[in-house]
Amino acid sequence: MSKILVLAEHEKGHVKKVTLNTLAFARQLAAKTGASIDIAVLGKGVGDIAEKLRGYGAGTVHVADHAELEHPIASAWAKTLADLATSIGATVVTAPASTIGKDVLPRVAARLAAGMASDVVGIVDTAKGPAFRRPMWAGNLMGDAFIKTKTQVISVRASAFDAAEASGGSSALAAFAAQPDLAKSRVRFVKFDGVQSTRPDLTEASIVVAGGRGLKPEKGGFGAIEPLADLLGAAIGASRAAVDDGYAPNDYQIGQTGKVVAPQLYFAIAISGAVQHLAGMKNSKVIVAINTRDDEPIFKVADYGLVADAFVAVPELVAKIKAMRG
Amino acid sequence: MKILVSAKRVSDPNARLAISKDGKWIEGDVEYILNPFCENAIEAALQLAEAHDGTETIAVGIGDDETARFIRQGALARGIDRGILVTADEAEIDSDLIARIYQGLAYREKPDIILLGKQAIDGDSNQVGQLLAEYLGWPQATFASKIDIEGNEVIVQREVDGGLETLALTMPCVITADLRLNEPRYASLAGIMKAKKKQLDELEIDDLELEDTDAKVEIVGMSTPTGRKAGVIVKDVDELLAKLHNEARVI
Ligand SMILES: Cc1cc2nc3c(=O)[nH]c(=O)nc-3n(C[C@H](O)[C@H](O)[C@H](O)COP(=O)(O)OP(=O)(O)OC[C@H]3O[C@@H](n4cnc5c(N)ncnc54)[C@H](O)[C@@H]3O)c2cc1C
Ligand SMILES: Nc1ncnc2c1ncn2[C@@H]1O[C@H](COP(=O)(O)O)[C@@H](O)[C@H]1O
Repeated sequence: MSKILVLAEHEKGHVKKVTLNTLAFARQLAAKTGASIDIAVLGKGVGDIAEKLRGYGAGTVHVADHAELEHPIASAWAKTLADLATSIGATVVTAPASTIGKDVLPRVAARLAAGMASDVVGIVDTAKGPAFRRPMWAGNLMGDAFIKTKTQVISVRASAFDAAEASGGSSALAAFAAQPDLAKSRVRFVKFDGVQSTRPDLTEASIVVAGGRGLKPEKGGFGAIEPLADLLGAAIGASRAAVDDGYAPNDYQIGQTGKVVAPQLYFAIAISGAVQHLAGMKNSKVIVAINTRDDEPIFKVADYGLVADAFVAVPELVAKIKAMRG
Repeated sequence: MKILVSAKRVSDPNARLAISKDGKWIEGDVEYILNPFCENAIEAALQLAEAHDGTETIAVGIGDDETARFIRQGALARGIDRGILVTADEAEIDSDLIARIYQGLAYREKPDIILLGKQAIDGDSNQVGQLLAEYLGWPQATFASKIDIEGNEVIVQREVDGGLETLALTMPCVITADLRLNEPRYASLAGIMKAKKKQLDELEIDDLELEDTDAKVEIVGMSTPTGRKAGVIVKDVDELLAKLHNEARVI
């Protein structure tokens, strides 16, 4: 029977939600092809992560625990994942299309002589077998990619799949003797400068409050939208222009070249709605746009548009939500 | 030092695209531009060449004859030393074959650094640099927002989820550019004149003697995503809150 290997993504001891979205994709594919699912956990000191993933119906959770896998160096992770896929006979290797997945998976594909489809949002049946639907041209068109090789590598756009629920049971746990060969890879990890935040992760939040270039620092900048995010327990996002101008860190960028989100509620505040921005948020459930100009493209995708100055409207909204909640 | 850099042509992101009759690609009167990420890669190559005497820079474009114009105007006119066009039908090739073409070129040219864009804004695959690095067995730094050379190491800052990562790579290596890496310069008039005389070699895929020239992925269908309808314009914050509370039930 064929096997799908899912690379789990984790951070500071917790399983990231994108892993569960990717598992949901794997379940859909397995339902079509009759494949079974295994999970791979890579890193250093990741036993707990593997333990947490045993309730999702995978045959085996493989743990590659190795000092050289502490940081996700692409060559070392790709070698480990490809070696594991080969040793268990996996014919599909999949991971979230996060910056780790994007960095590592093509190298896995090259090692396995596999074709790869990036950022997959759905599975389409064709006469030849399943093809993978993926956004192209910033999501203006969808392409159905058919992979001709026996082994296939797929990165998954997490926002397109509802997180898999635990299914009970307990997967087998197997230690994989990784040989990452980091020393041969000519890469030295120097440092990671993380963004400190107490807010939910952009890709996990059910509400996202995003700001654009209209949030000029001299008028209050992103400080004007933070109280709204705090009140709603929302994540904060940004347009590329806002990041370029230094109003927000790069990690906040939403769009074709940033993160793709699809929360229950998305606030686009002082964002014009360029195609590249829409590519990252237009599948949100409810979209609210607040903008001083009434002719901006963001209003073409917004469920509710408010033509107003954000520095006036957002504090008013915060006060009124507080009043409503008593 | 020798740097190989990409010059890929892409359809203008603001163009209205139509799906071709066979349903597998785009067609029509499309305007083309240089892939924005290649502009960043070219700028980075020029800055490295300016900082390190004796550096040769070579731009590579893979596509039809029209691609030559983008190599000349987008790369050579900005100051890249020479160009290579590998002719191919872009609708028939995937990121994997592009990576193997670059691999073949790397064997011929023996560059110290290959600088590509992090993605092509038509296919949006984000694969070529990583595939190439693995095929060559070289280190990679994708999504670069800063590049410095210190001794024989290239120090690269990368834009990743959660913040910024810094890696040190020993050459030869592959780097893919993110948009915040730099501000691409404009070609000067003198640059445009000089570019006309610069060497631009034309190759066919067969000239590269690759083991295999089949694409691994084929687009079997294209479709337009289901659009969103514009909603309503509310008159004030009170109405917005009422809608979010009573109608959408999200607050
Ligand atoms: C290859 C490529 C990739 C890209 N990738 C991305 C991407 O991933 N994500 C992304 O976002 N962009 C991306 N872009 C950039 C994109 O094209 C736009 O330039 C960008 O989205 C604009 O950001 P903005 O809406 O914040 O700024 P602007 O377009 O400048 O809009 C600012 C808005 O604020 C409004 N405004 C001003 N003052 C106020 C006020 N007081 N109250 C309310 N409203 C106000 C204005 O009316 C205007 O609508 C990319 C571009 C390229 C070429
Ligand atoms: N046809 C091409 N010609 C030259 N370079 C290319 C071509 N296609 C892709 N590339 C390079 O590979 C990068 C990543 O492309 P992709 O993986 O297809 O998104 C691009 O930013 C370019 O630097």
